[in-house]
Amino acid sequence: MAKHKTLIEALQQQGISRRSFLKFCASTASLMTLPPAMIPAVARALEQARRPSVIWLSFQECTGCTESLTRSHSPTVEGLIFDAISLDYHHTLQAASGHAAEAARMTAMEENHGNYLVVVDGSIPTANAGFSTIAGISNRDMLLETARGAAAIIAVGTCAAFGGIPHASPNPTGAVAVSELVTDKPIINVSGCPPIPVVISGVLTHFLTFGSLPALDELGRPKAFFGQSIHDRCYRRPFYDKGLFAESFDDEGAKKGWCLYKLGCKGPTTFNACATAKWNSGTSFPIQSGHPCLGCSEPDFWDGGGFYRPLSTPTGDIGATLLYGAAAGAAAGVALGAVNQARKRRAQQAHQPVGVDDLEKGAGHD
Amino acid sequence: MTETEFLMWVRGPAFQVATLVFVIGIIVRILEVLLLGRKANLAEARGSAIAGGLRTILTRMWPDRGTLQRSTFTVVAGYVFHIGLFVTIFLYAPHILLIRDVFGVGWPALPTTIIDAATVVTIITLLAVLIYRLRSPVQRFLSGFQDYFVWLVTILPLITGYLAFHRIGLTPPMLLAIHILSVELLMVTFPFTKLMHAFTLFMARWYNGAIAGYRGVRS
Repeated sequence: MAKHKTLIEALQQQGISRRSFLKFCASTASLMTLPPAMIPAVARALEQARRPSVIWLSFQECTGCTESLTRSHSPTVEGLIFDAISLDYHHTLQAASGHAAEAARMTAMEENHGNYLVVVDGSIPTANAGFSTIAGISNRDMLLETARGAAAIIAVGTCAAFGGIPHASPNPTGAVAVSELVTDKPIINVSGCPPIPVVISGVLTHFLTFGSLPALDELGRPKAFFGQSIHDRCYRRPFYDKGLFAESFDDEGAKKGWCLYKLGCKGPTTFNACATAKWNSGTSFPIQSGHPCLGCSEPDFWDGGGFYRPLSTPTGDIGATLLYGAAAGAAAGVALGAVNQARKRRAQQAHQPVGVDDLEKGAGHD
Repeated sequence: MTETEFLMWVRGPAFQVATLVFVIGIIVRILEVLLLGRKANLAEARGSAIAGGLRTILTRMWPDRGTLQRSTFTVVAGYVFHIGLFVTIFLYAPHILLIRDVFGVGWPALPTTIIDAATVVTIITLLAVLIYRLRSPVQRFLSGFQDYFVWLVTILPLITGYLAFHRIGLTPPMLLAIHILSVELLMVTFPFTKLMHAFTLFMARWYNGAIAGYRGVRS
C-alpha cells in the first residue's frame, strides 16, 4: 500500500538519489534557520516519516496556488515531497469525482482522525452559503467539518490566510480567512499570491521532522520565511539607501536596475522570502525582473491604494485641496482682516486723549 | 477597521482634512497680521526700508557673538534640531516623493543612512532641549502648556518615523499609519500655536530691519 511507504521510499521510487535528498535536507534546514547540526535529524525524520494524509480544500480561489506548488519548472525535490504526501482529496488534481471524491475525503478523515493535515486555498464566503459549494456542501460547512479531526491546518495563499482578492473592498461574498472560522486548531498561514513552493515544503518538512508547526509571526506565518521584509533582503536596497530611484519603467534608472520604490514597490511593508528563495527554480523574483513588489503576502494588499503608488503618498487629490484651502483661507483672512480693521477704527474713535488738565484733575482728587 | 483600512484613512480623508486646516490656518493668520496695517511713518526716510528689511532677514540667520556666549546651549541645540528637522523632512526620499506628488517638483534625496543619523541626532537634541528647559529656572518659569505641547507634536513625527523606518514594535503598515497621523497632528496644530514662527519669523525680521533701515541705522 502506497500509504504505508516511508517518504524516502517514495522519493527513491521517483529516482531521487540519497545525495539529492541530503542536499534538500541541508538547504531546507538552512532556509528554516535551523543549525547545521539539525540536518541529520531532519534527514532521519524525513526518511522514517510515514506519508502524512493531506486533505486539500479549494474554496474561493483561482487555482494559482495549486499551479505554483505542483507545476514547478522542472521536477524538484520540493515537488516530489509534495507528490510523496498522501494527498487524499484535492478536487482539482484527483481522478475521482462526485460521490467517490467526497467518500475519499470522509475515509481519510476517519482513518487518520486527529493526525491528518488540512491544506486550504481560497477564502470562505459567509454572505451566502450558496456562493461557493462543493458537492452541494457549502465551503464553510466543509471547512468546519474537515477541520474537526485535523492535526493542523495550512492556509495556503493570501485568500486562505487573509481573505485575499475575494476579501477586497467591497467584498461582495463576505469572504473571510480560515483563521476567522476555525479557532481551535493550529493554523499556519503560508501567504502569497501565489506562495513560494519551497515555503510549503519547508513547513511540511518541519511538521514531519518535529511533529509540530514552526515558529510563527503575529500573522501566523512561519518566521523562517516571513521574518524579513522584501526590502531588507532586496538586492536593489543599496540604491534605495543611496537615493537612486527609477522614475518610470523605461528611464535610465530602470535600465540601471535602481530602486523601484517610486514606482509603488511595497517591499518595505511586505514580508516574504521572494528576495532570497526566488521563483522558477531560483531564477528571479518580481523586483529582479523590473516590477515593483505588490505586497501579495500581506493582508488587504489589494486595497492598498494602487499598486503603482507608494504607501507613503496620499490617496486623494491634494493639489485640489491645497487650491481650495488657499482660496478659503484667503477669503477668511480678508474677512477677519476687515473685522479687525473695523475694531481698530472703533477703538481709535472711542479713544479719549488725556491732557495736562485731566492729569491735574486726577491729582486734585488725591 | 483593519490596519490597511486605517492606513488608507490616514492617507486619504485624514490627510485631506489636515491639509485643509494647515493651509487655511496659515493663510488666515498671516493675512490677519498683514491686514492690521501700520500707521504711515511721517518722518523723513534716512535710508532704505526694503534694503534694511532684506538685510536683517539674512543677518539674523547667524547668532551675534553676545547671544552665542550667553546662551551657547540654546543657540547650538536650536541650530542642530532645526537643521535636523530640515534634513529629515525635506531630504528623505519618500518625503520628496510626497512633495513631488503634490507640487510636481522634486529634488535629489540624501542617502538613508544620513537621514537615519540626522533623525537620531535631532531626537536626542530635542530631548536635551526639553531637559534644559525643565532644569533652567528661568526657562521653566517662562514655559506654559503650549511650549511642552508643541515640543511633543514636533518630536512625535521624528520618533514614529524612526520606528516606521526600522519597523520596531508594530507591523509596517501600522507604523506608517501612526507616523503619518503624527504628522497630521502637527499640521492641524501648526497654525494655531507658536509653531507659526516658521512663517512669521521672516515677517518679524523684515519689520525690525525695515524700521532700522528707514531710520538709517543698523538693526
